[in-house]
Amino acid sequence: MSIGEAVPHESAALHVTGQALYTDDLVRSTKDVLHAWPVQAPHAHARITSLDPAPAYDVEGVVRVLTKDDVPGVNDAGTKHDEPLFPDEVMFYGHAVCWVLGETLEAARLGAAAVRVEYDPLPSLITVREAIAAESFQGARPKVARGDPEAGLAKSAHVFEGETEMAGQEHFYLETHASLALVDEGGQVFIQSSTQHPTETQEIVAHVLGLRSHEVTVQCLRMGGGFGGKEMQPHGFAAVAALGARLTGRPVRLRLNRTQDLTMTGKRHGFHATWKVGFDDDGHLLALEATLTSDGGWSLDLSEPVLSRALCHIENAYWIPDLRAHGRVAQTHKTSQTAFRGFGGPQGMLVIEDILGRCAPLLGYDAAELRHRNLYAAGQATPYGQVVRHPERLDRAWQQVLTEAEFVQRSKEIADFNASQPRVKRGLAITPVKFGISFNLTAFNQAGALVHVYKDGSVLVNHGGTEMGQGLHTKMLQVAATTLGLPEEKVRLAPTRTDKVPNTSATAASSGADLNGAAVKDACEQILARIAGVEGTTWEERVRAAYMQRIQLSAAGFYKTEGLHWDAATMSGEPFKYFAFGVAAAEVELDGSTGAYDVRRVDIVHDVGDSLSPLVDLGQIEGGFVQGAGWLTLEDLRWDESDGPDRGRLLTQAASTYKLPSLGEMPAVFNVSLLQDATETGAVYGSKAVGEPPLMLAFSVREAIRQAVAAFGPAGVSVELASPATPEAVFWAIESVRTVTHALA
Amino acid sequence: MHRRKVIVNGQSRALAACAPYTSALDWLREQGLTGAKEGCAEGECGACSVMLARPGIDAPTEWTAINSCLVPASSLSGQEVVTAEGLGTPSALHPVQREMAVRGGSQCGYCTPGFVCSMAAEYYRPGRADFDLEAIGGNLCRCTGYRPIKDAALALEQPAADDVLAGRTQEPPPELAGDLAAVLAAVAEGAVVVAGSTDLGVEINLRGARPERTVAVDQVPELREFEVTGDRVLLGAALSLTEIERRLAGRVPLLDEVFPLFASRLIRNGATIGGNLGTASPIGDLPPALLALDATVVLVSRAGEREVPLSDYFTGYRETVLRPGELIKSVHLPLPLAGTVAFHKISKRRLDDISSVAVAVALDIDGGVGGVVRRARVGLGGVAATPIRALATEAALVDQRWNDETVARAAEVLAGEGTPMDDHRASAAYRSAMLGTSLRRLLGRAQ
Repeated sequence: MSIGEAVPHESAALHVTGQALYTDDLVRSTKDVLHAWPVQAPHAHARITSLDPAPAYDVEGVVRVLTKDDVPGVNDAGTKHDEPLFPDEVMFYGHAVCWVLGETLEAARLGAAAVRVEYDPLPSLITVREAIAAESFQGARPKVARGDPEAGLAKSAHVFEGETEMAGQEHFYLETHASLALVDEGGQVFIQSSTQHPTETQEIVAHVLGLRSHEVTVQCLRMGGGFGGKEMQPHGFAAVAALGARLTGRPVRLRLNRTQDLTMTGKRHGFHATWKVGFDDDGHLLALEATLTSDGGWSLDLSEPVLSRALCHIENAYWIPDLRAHGRVAQTHKTSQTAFRGFGGPQGMLVIEDILGRCAPLLGYDAAELRHRNLYAAGQATPYGQVVRHPERLDRAWQQVLTEAEFVQRSKEIADFNASQPRVKRGLAITPVKFGISFNLTAFNQAGALVHVYKDGSVLVNHGGTEMGQGLHTKMLQVAATTLGLPEEKVRLAPTRTDKVPNTSATAASSGADLNGAAVKDACEQILARIAGVEGTTWEERVRAAYMQRIQLSAAGFYKTEGLHWDAATMSGEPFKYFAFGVAAAEVELDGSTGAYDVRRVDIVHDVGDSLSPLVDLGQIEGGFVQGAGWLTLEDLRWDESDGPDRGRLLTQAASTYKLPSLGEMPAVFNVSLLQDATETGAVYGSKAVGEPPLMLAFSVREAIRQAVAAFGPAGVSVELASPATPEAVFWAIESVRTVTHALA
Repeated sequence: MHRRKVIVNGQSRALAACAPYTSALDWLREQGLTGAKEGCAEGECGACSVMLARPGIDAPTEWTAINSCLVPASSLSGQEVVTAEGLGTPSALHPVQREMAVRGGSQCGYCTPGFVCSMAAEYYRPGRADFDLEAIGGNLCRCTGYRPIKDAALALEQPAADDVLAGRTQEPPPELAGDLAAVLAAVAEGAVVVAGSTDLGVEINLRGARPERTVAVDQVPELREFEVTGDRVLLGAALSLTEIERRLAGRVPLLDEVFPLFASRLIRNGATIGGNLGTASPIGDLPPALLALDATVVLVSRAGEREVPLSDYFTGYRETVLRPGELIKSVHLPLPLAGTVAFHKISKRRLDDISSVAVAVALDIDGGVGGVVRRARVGLGGVAATPIRALATEAALVDQRWNDETVARAAEVLAGEGTPMDDHRASAAYRSAMLGTSLRRLLGRAQ
C-alpha cells in the first residue's frame, strides 16, 4: 500500500458490508439517548414576539425544550457573531427558533409542534436581484484589479457586455448532519459530529457552553459526504446537542432529516454578474470589467472567502491583461450559503466561460479556438499577481484531449449530423480548468499529525484531516507506510479527534492530503531519524531495541506551506502553492421538441501531479465532474418568490423535488486520463490536490449544450443559457434561437 | 405467534411491539443492523435498500430489493430479509461486495450498503443473463459519478453452485397470504389500505401522517390475479409494477414505454397498480396510459363488485368514485390493443423523476403514416386536478389522415387541453408547449 499504488478506499470492505459506522449509527450503542427536533419558523423574516415552551411539556416523552435562556455562554453558532443559535429575529423560512428533546424522536417531533411561537412578520428579500435593488449587502466589498480596464476596453476592436446569473447547489451529502453529545467525567463534553472542521466545532461548542476548548472534545469517525457543507454548518447542531447534554446529563442525538437539512443548512452560493469584455481582432481577450454579487443568504458564514476565491478565478485559465472585478455579498432571507466544492471558484469561472461561449459566434470564432488562443502562456501572471507556473501542462492536457477525443473529426461528423437532423442536434465543446490550491488565508495552510509506534512494531497514525469519502485516510496510510517502509497491515489510522491533533484547519480547499500528508510524513521521519542508529534485522526488533534504549517512539508532525503571501486589502499576492489543471471535452445530444439532452461522451485529462493513489484520484475526477454537471444542468433550487404566505420557503425540499444526477445521467462514454510527467515539486510526494478542480471540468457539458442549441438557429447566433440548463431552460433557449432569422455578427 | 417474527440474515428475530409508523429501516437499525441508512426517507435514494424473499415469477421465491424506509416494520412479519451485513463480512465478501470494493465503487460509503442490496437482488434474479442496470437506478450516489458502480455491476458473474441465497427456492409460508373478507371488513371500518407503502410511507416519514389503523392488502390472492383472455387483460390491484412488467412480458407495448419511466426499480418492486390509482395523483404515471388503453377498474366491497371506466373514476384532486369500504380489486385492459402508441413523459431528470406533463396516445390507424385514424385515445397527466382524457384532441384526430397537417392541427388543440400550472417542476408555458410537441414526436418516430 505504498504511494502511487491503485488501492481501494481503506474502508471499502467496511462500506460494502454495512459495517462502517457513521455518527448516527452510534446511537444504538449509547444508553439513555435523548432525541432533538427543531421548531422551524414559517416566515422568511419575522420578529419573535413570544415563545411559550410550556405546551410541549404536556406531550408524553418530552424532556426539555432548549431556548435562548438556556445558553450559558455566547448565543452564536458562527465565527462572525452574526448567527444567533437561538434567534430573536427569524431570518429565513425554516429557521430553528428552539429545540425540543424527547425520549423518542416522535416525542420530540410532537413536542416541537406543540411549542407556541408568535411572530411579527417583516419584509423579506428572497432573490439576489431583490437584494441588489435594495442594496442589501453584508461583509467586505473586495476588488481584484490589474492594469487599466477602461483603456483596455477603449482599444478593443470588439466590446460586449452582458449579465450572467447562476443558481446555487445543494450539497446533498447522503448522510445528513448528525451530532451525538455526551458529558463525561468532570463535566467535559464529548461530541461525535459529522464535521469537516472538528476544531471549529470544538471552539463554537465551547463558546456556546461558556467552556474552554480543553473541556470539549470533538470526534469525527467519517462522514457520508461533506463537499463543503459540513465545514461551517455542523457547529450549531453540535452546540445544541452539547447544550442539551449539559442540561439534562444525558446523551443527546441531533440528526437532521433530509427536509430539515435542506431547509436549514447553507448551499453553494448563487451568483449574479454583470460584465463588459473587450477582444482584439484576433480573438484575444484584452480587458474585463465585472461585478460579481453572491447570494449570501442571511448570515456571512464563509461568504467572504468564497467571494475572494470567485474573484481569484474569474479569468479561469485565460490571460486578460487589464481586468477589474468587484465583489459583494448580498444579504437575503434564505439559508446561509456556504462552502461547496470549488468554494466560489466555479462561480467565478462560469462568468468567463459564459462570456467566451456567448462571444465566440459574435467574433466569428469557433469556441474551442477562441478558448485555446487565450490560454495562459509562460511568464504570465494572474490578475492578483501570481505567476502561473507550468502553463505548458495546460496546453499539453488540451492537446491530449483533442487527440484522445478525436475532437476535430467528431466536430465534423457533428456538423454533418446537425445538417441532416431537423429535430435533434449535437454539440461538442472543450473547456479548461486552472484552480489555485491552498487556502486563500495563509494561516490556514498548516497541519499536524501524531504518529505512535508501539512496542510490537504496530503503528497508529492520527492527523487533523477528516474523511468524507475523498480517500484522505487511504492516502495518509499510503504516506505513512511509504515513509516508514512498512507494509499496510502494520499501519492503522485512528478517527479524527481534537484531543489528538489540536488547532486543525478544516478539511477543505482540496488541501487535506497536501497538508496532512506532509505532517504525517514529518512525524514518521522524526521517528525514523531517532531510530536510525538502532540495530535489528526486522522492524519489530529495531522498535523493541529502541524502546529499551529509551528512544521516544511517538512524534508530533507539523507542516506549513511555505512561500505563500496574501494581502486581503489589495487582493494581491501569491495565495496558492500551485495550480491544478484539467481539460474536458463533452458531447451532448438535444431533443429540440423538449429541450431534453443526453451526454454522449466525455474525455478528460486531469493533472494530479504524481498521483498518491490513482484509484482514489480517478474517483475524485469522475465524481467531481458528475457533481459539476449536476449543478450546471439538473439541480434546481427553487424558493417561493411570490408574495404569498409561504414566501421564502424552499420549494425543492426533498429528494423527490431536488433531483441529483442518477445512474441515467452518467455519460455513455466516459474516458478519464491522468496527465503524465506532472510532478509537483511543492507538495507531498510530487502530488497535487484533486478534491475540487474536476468539478469545473463540467463546464464542457454546459458549453456543448450551448453549441447544440445554436445549431437550431442560423450560423453565428449567440446563445444565452440559464444555469442550471434544465430541459425547460434549454427548450426556451432553442425557441429563442429559432426566432433569430439571421446572425447578429 | 409465528406472524410476529422476521428472519433477518438467516436469524429469526421477534418483531416486538413497534408503533404502526415505525419503518422497517428504523426497526432494522434498532436491531443493530445499521448498514441500511436513511438518506431521504421517501424512496428516492435507495440508501435503505434491503432484500426481501418474495413470491417469484421465474422461481417460487425471488430476492426483491425494496426501500426499507417506506414499508412499516410490521409488514415484515413472517418474511425473510437480507441486509448488507447478511451478504458477507470484511473477511469474506460477497461477490457483489467484492466488485464494489475493488473497483472504487464506494467513496463515502453511506449509499453503499443500499447499492449492494439492490445489486445483489439483480445478481440473484432467476434466469439473469446480463445485469439489468435498472436494478440500481433507484440508488443515488453523490461521490463516485457511478462509473465504478456500473463497472462493478457489469463485472458480476453467475452465483456459485453452493451459494445459499441463490439456492433458496422454498415457497413463501402460506399463512402470509391475506384474507379478502378480513381486509374488506377492516376497510369498511376505515382502515387505511397499504400495499407497497411507497406513497403512505412518504406521508408518514415526511408529513407526519399517523394513520390509526392500516390494513395490508399486498398478499391477498384475489387482488393478485393475472389473466389474459381473448378480450381483455386482467391485472390484480396488488400486483407490483415489476410483477406486471414481467408477467406481461411485452404484451402491452404502451405500458412497456411507461415502466422504465415509472420511478425506479426499487419503487416498482413495491408499488402496485391499485395503489397508483388509489392515490389518484394528477401526476401519477400509470393513469394517462391506462386512460389511453380504455382501462376499467373493478371495485370491491362487502356489498359486491362493480366495474367503472377509468375515465369516470377520477372525480377531483385526489378524489375518486371509491366509496367508503370499497377497494380496487383489479384493472382490465380491453383487447385488441391500438396499433400506434406512445408514452411521453416530461421531467427534469429523465429517469426516476415526477412528471411535469405526461401524454399517452393510442391510435388505430388504417395503414401507417398517411392512413386514416379510426380511433384515438389521449390520456394526460399534470395538466389538471386529475388525470384526464384529451377529448378535443381525440376528436381532432379521428377520421383524419395521420400526417403532418393533422398532427399540426391536433397539436394545437392538445396544447390547449387542461389548465397547466406554474410550479417548481415546470412553467405552465412549458407544459403547454410539451403537450403540443408530443404528437409531433409520435409522428416523427413513425416517419
